[in-house]
Amino acid sequence: MTSGMLPWWVETLTILFVLAGAAFAAIGSFGLVRLPSFFRRIHAPTLGATLGVWCMTAATIVFFSAQGDHLFLHAVLIALFVALTAPVTTIFLMRAALFRERQKGGKVPSAASET
Amino acid sequence: MITPLLLWALRGALFLLALAMLCALARLLIGPSAQDRVMALDCLYINGMLTMLVLGILYASSVYFEAAMLIALFGFVGSTALAKFLLRGEVIE
Repeated sequence: MTSGMLPWWVETLTILFVLAGAAFAAIGSFGLVRLPSFFRRIHAPTLGATLGVWCMTAATIVFFSAQGDHLFLHAVLIALFVALTAPVTTIFLMRAALFRERQKGGKVPSAASET
Repeated sequence: MITPLLLWALRGALFLLALAMLCALARLLIGPSAQDRVMALDCLYINGMLTMLVLGILYASSVYFEAAMLIALFGFVGSTALAKFLLRGEVIE
């Protein structure tokens, strides 16, 4: 760890990325409350899970690389993990929602094997 | 070490993330169906993980990354298990 002030561009980049990431997460979560039906709502949180996480990761990398002496890449692990797992969760949830909606007799497309 | 401008930006980001977690919590409480609640829980996990990353920058400590990694891991396992339960009525069959 080196002491002293950070360069101005490091600070600017960190502020930009942190605020952008938090704003993306807030917009995504607000859409979760605001949108009318489940199949529209499932689109909203992916904004926070993709752009939010990547912006926050970029802020972390910039800040800690400038503060320490070497490139700090641990945070990429988190972003990669979320990028791998968020689609899996969403697909599972989507299939479960379709299945339950079909069982209730809702207006959703029928299963591909039945047509 | 951290200038006042960066400090206020981090506080603003924490405020926005708290707002996001409140929105997800509202959907978790009022969600009409079970899949709405699972989705809200997943969103809550992601927002909590982002909060951990912001706290890591605020306190300039890399201990928070392990916590964020664990939150992401358990969030994935929990959401997948719940979605599987909704789909089949059993988690492991």
